[in-house]
Amino acid sequence: MRTLPIAFVRPVMRKEFRQIRRDSRSLIFMIFLPAFLLIMFGFALNFDVKHIPLAVVDQDGSRTSRDLIEKFRTTEYFDIRSVLDRTGEVDGLMARDKIRAALIIPERFSEDLLAQRSPSVQFLIDGANAMSGTTAAGYAASILLSYSQRVTLEAMARRRPGGPMLPLKTEVRVWYNPELRSAKFLVPGLMAFILMVTLTTSTAFSIVREKERGTMEQIYVSPLRPTALIIGKMIPYILISLASAHIVLALGWVLFGVAVKGSYFLLLLTIVLFLISGLGQGILISSITRTQQVAFLICVLTTILPTFILSGFVFPVRNMPRVIQAITYLIPAKYFLVALRAIILKGVGFAAFWDQILFLAGFAIVILLLSVASIRRSTEGGRRRGRAR
Amino acid sequence: MIRPQEYSIAVKALTKTFGGFTAVDAVSFEVGRGAIFGFLGANGAGKSTTIRMLCGLLDPTSGTATVGGFDVGREPEKIKKVIGYMSQKFSLYEDLTVGENIRFFGGVYGLSKKTVDSRLPWVLEMAGLKGRERSLTRTLSVGWKQRLALGCAVLHEPEIVFLDEPTGGVDPASRRRFWELINELSERKVTVFVTTHYLDEAEYCNDIRLIHAGRIVAGGSPRELKDQVIRNPILEVSSDRTVDALEALRNEPWVLETSIFGTSLHVSVADEEEGRGLIRERLAKEGIFPERVDRIVPSLEDVFIHKIEEQSGHRKTGETRA
Repeated sequence: MRTLPIAFVRPVMRKEFRQIRRDSRSLIFMIFLPAFLLIMFGFALNFDVKHIPLAVVDQDGSRTSRDLIEKFRTTEYFDIRSVLDRTGEVDGLMARDKIRAALIIPERFSEDLLAQRSPSVQFLIDGANAMSGTTAAGYAASILLSYSQRVTLEAMARRRPGGPMLPLKTEVRVWYNPELRSAKFLVPGLMAFILMVTLTTSTAFSIVREKERGTMEQIYVSPLRPTALIIGKMIPYILISLASAHIVLALGWVLFGVAVKGSYFLLLLTIVLFLISGLGQGILISSITRTQQVAFLICVLTTILPTFILSGFVFPVRNMPRVIQAITYLIPAKYFLVALRAIILKGVGFAAFWDQILFLAGFAIVILLLSVASIRRSTEGGRRRGRAR
Repeated sequence: MIRPQEYSIAVKALTKTFGGFTAVDAVSFEVGRGAIFGFLGANGAGKSTTIRMLCGLLDPTSGTATVGGFDVGREPEKIKKVIGYMSQKFSLYEDLTVGENIRFFGGVYGLSKKTVDSRLPWVLEMAGLKGRERSLTRTLSVGWKQRLALGCAVLHEPEIVFLDEPTGGVDPASRRRFWELINELSERKVTVFVTTHYLDEAEYCNDIRLIHAGRIVAGGSPRELKDQVIRNPILEVSSDRTVDALEALRNEPWVLETSIFGTSLHVSVADEEEGRGLIRERLAKEGIFPERVDRIVPSLEDVFIHKIEEQSGHRKTGETRA
């Protein structure tokens, strides 16, 4: 009389659901923490540089100089806070954080411009924040460049009517995220990060807790097989994480305008594969730890850091040193992110990222096999090495 | 396959070492079907290690053991189906209700819903939890939890039940009730293998092994043990200065063994009448005048102390016991 393995999965699954339902902390951890993290990170992790407070020192006071200032006024990158007469005041304003950049137009600016004596326009930036400083400098340079191009063209046109054109006319256009908003870029990354942390931690906890309370031993003496145990534990956690993934997606859409452009089915497949990796990692961690505290520490170290730093979430992988790049191949979030950005932002088809899915599937399978082996080892190998009690 | 049914459990030279430490040292015994087999010893004597090897939780270092006719090393999966196990640590899910725990363990043992439904009232009845099916296990007292754990362990009607220190931390009334359940199981021809360090509980067993430092030092029924082991009379000395009395008597050549039991002193002597006189005489020198010096029927505790001291090679330690 053999009972089918699947029949053994059901009681474990039902039990897990009940336990999760009764443990409000784990529910909050899995459902609300992701949403909370998305909102927090989504707003805080903003790499966009806009509305930089700017002071203008117009020593020329001509129509031309006011024309140039106007160019700065009409972009949303700079907010002109004060127009000064003397450069001396800039120092104080910058030191007191009233302004972060200053544009200094020298005397005889328009005169020199007309005479083609190339006047120097000075642009000062507060470099204390290197990130926004660099970005601000970039904006200023491009405004000044396009202005001088125009002036050159006008001057040449005056001299030789119907005269020259610019040899090259660049028109930069950004695809998929035309406003270059970092939120769009970050939402998929945050999703990877959040799902990985919550799922891995809660899976590891659910097993270590059973070890601590002694119920695991009770299961080990029963005919329940490790595979049935893992599948039974897996299904509830995957379903709950899927729900939380949808909450994150919905919030990303409502709060940050990140809508899913590509196929929903592919998105689901990608997420499930990624969830399996996270879950497997949680089981592996639980097999080497005996207390929830240690499990938590290892989960945090092995999920937060790699997902944040090595996945390409914040720092592009191709800018990393070769050795580090090699390590990133072990981070499932890396594949997940590429596929996720392709599906959500680009809306491209399977052909564009099948390799990522393949890697992710491979990763999920390997880690799942490892985790079954690790549970088997704790039941059977534990017998071999054992511990005195 | 033919399974030899004369013994439920047969253990031969079973040994377990952890690094350089031998937890169980060439232990051999047989357990008859339907017996209540008591495995007695202090904490760390090797009781749990033995039980864990028999349940397939630990691999023996050497030796053989069969449980329900199956070899522990080769057929652990078959053993799992015929045994029930209850560990010393209460191990039901505290965040599940009584009924949910029963149903979960039924499922884990592959019982159909119908079977579980039919066994559920029996388990509730047995654990005294009728009408509390929906209570969270967390809210039960230790005695109730213990009975429920036993119910879950025998839900699948195993041939053999292993109970590892089942009555630890339970009040005396609950302990008595628990032993009644063990008796009921035995009447139903279920073999009960129980470890305990409460020597009074051993009186309920039909077969006992005393284990000390990984070795079996004595075995038999409680009656046999008392008759075989304790041949010298034991006198109970009641006085208000028990410790001083122990100090005075322990080094006398005619005193074979001394030990403290609660507020009185047990002294083993060669002859009852002569011993009585010698004790009173010696204690008078110390200004101690015992209220009573009576011969007592030895308890298993006396047997155990005698055996352990014999084993340790010095017989007059006068071990203090609470």
